[in-house]
Amino acid sequence: MAEYETVVGLEVHCELSTRTKLFCGCANAFGAEPNTNVCPVCLGLPGSLPVLNEQAVELAMRIGEALHCEIRPSIFHRKNYFYPDMPKDYQISQYDEPINVDGLLELPDGSRVGIVRAHMEEDTGKTTHVGGGGRIHEAGHSLVDYNRAGVPLVEIVSAPDITSAAQARAYVAELRAILVATGASDGRMEEGSLRVDANVSIRRAGSDELGTRCEVKNLNSLRSLGRAIEHEADRQASLVDSGERVTQETRHWDENASRTHSLRSKEEAYDYRYFPEPDLVPLVPDEALRQRASSALGLMPAARRARLQAALGGAEHARALMDQIGTVIELSLDDLVLAASAGGADPKHALNRAANELASQGERARALDPVSFASLLALESSGTLSATQVKAVLPELVEHGGDPAEVARRHGFEQLGTEELESAIDGVISASPTEWERYVSGDARIAGFLAGQVMKATRGRANGKVVAEALAARRAGVSAR
Amino acid sequence: MERISIDEARHVARLARLDLADGELDKLTGELSDLLEHVEAIRRLDTAEVPPTAHPLPLSNVFRPDEVRPSLERAEVLAAAPATEADRFLVPRILGEAP
Repeated sequence: MAEYETVVGLEVHCELSTRTKLFCGCANAFGAEPNTNVCPVCLGLPGSLPVLNEQAVELAMRIGEALHCEIRPSIFHRKNYFYPDMPKDYQISQYDEPINVDGLLELPDGSRVGIVRAHMEEDTGKTTHVGGGGRIHEAGHSLVDYNRAGVPLVEIVSAPDITSAAQARAYVAELRAILVATGASDGRMEEGSLRVDANVSIRRAGSDELGTRCEVKNLNSLRSLGRAIEHEADRQASLVDSGERVTQETRHWDENASRTHSLRSKEEAYDYRYFPEPDLVPLVPDEALRQRASSALGLMPAARRARLQAALGGAEHARALMDQIGTVIELSLDDLVLAASAGGADPKHALNRAANELASQGERARALDPVSFASLLALESSGTLSATQVKAVLPELVEHGGDPAEVARRHGFEQLGTEELESAIDGVISASPTEWERYVSGDARIAGFLAGQVMKATRGRANGKVVAEALAARRAGVSAR
Repeated sequence: MERISIDEARHVARLARLDLADGELDKLTGELSDLLEHVEAIRRLDTAEVPPTAHPLPLSNVFRPDEVRPSLERAEVLAAAPATEADRFLVPRILGEAP
């Protein structure tokens, strides 16, 4: 089998987090009762006129700036086609004069993916196929909910610079983080806020020519995206190896069957007869708009990574640490880690607890008071609380707040008194005299067993480090005699 | 001089879902060709100094604030549908995915 390279370009549709639709005042809300957020404009009734949502423009410009695009004067076009999800029989989109062009996205590994354009358009309604197990070709009929019709989208089209499934996933993950950081999107792939189509082709390794591409749809998660690209590249490679040609077409990813299947051939491609939307005037990003968009732009993920790396001391870190950094940035816990570090916590310690224990607490973990987080970490590093105890205290701090020492006491985690610890050790020595003898005579392997017995006797309230020290001190006392 | 063929006219009619009788198609093919000739005449003008016009009005940036306005009553919306089911518009079996 010949050696091939995979070439991928991605189209990401991002629903903007506005209160209303792109051209009318209907609410932009996920999960509303069907057909309750519709009006004459988004239903395309005669005599209605679209008016552009200013906030959608600002969010589109923030995306353009975050992706280092040229933000330019643009106009809207009508893209004409007949399909029940578009009640107007055309979609208002941007065609040859989009708002953002020629951008760039840098991935955490330093590789760069070009952004061809990021244009504004309206979303379509949602169709449900009834009968035939919900599959389109076997359905008896379809039902349409127009709540989504007219919701503002920005479609971000990458250059075919992506060369692997892993890089495609990294691109979407980084793009998602950027979109969330700009405030343009909630980034929820499972709710369809971000929808990804992949243009996949292969070429002989080292070649500069682009092969015939297939567009793969129905990629609802990063996992699907990666798997679909791998399968599609394999399919194309076997075609070429057996002397056949790849046909340019749209293919549907079937997650359960782990394969793509053909939807329609591009030969019968739609002729959209684009023409300028006569009901809308040109959009010119003037200085005031640019100012507003860039001043609203938060710190981007790359800058936040760099900031966190600096706090951890240096830019080069082990893979495991980079994964933890990625996690806290994705969950927006990096401010908390930095604040706790500024409050005296060890940055690596704070990062570790944030990336593991706090990450499992969901979005509310962001609201944790950094001072209380820092004091909890201090209790752990001083040995007052064990790691297990810290993990038990954290969810309660996230839920109700409060003083960590106080919460620990309520859990019965107060530090074991020296007297109580010593009497627990007495108990273990008389219960396990043989093991104790081995320990005293220098068998280090038995230390863990004895410590475990002490932990058991104190019901986990003792600190492992303190127990080990107490045992060692006791042994030193015995040997000295 | 650009003339369009009857096949091209038929294609355009099909895209617009117009079911034209043969006589109508002949007539429209002629009219479309006349339109193209008119555009051809305009193209002969020197427009090097004229900026592209996207809209007849000298306006740009007409915006609406991002404020929710009441939508239509659902009963009113669904009354316009030929058929409904589960508060949605019922449409015949769809052949193929959305473009």
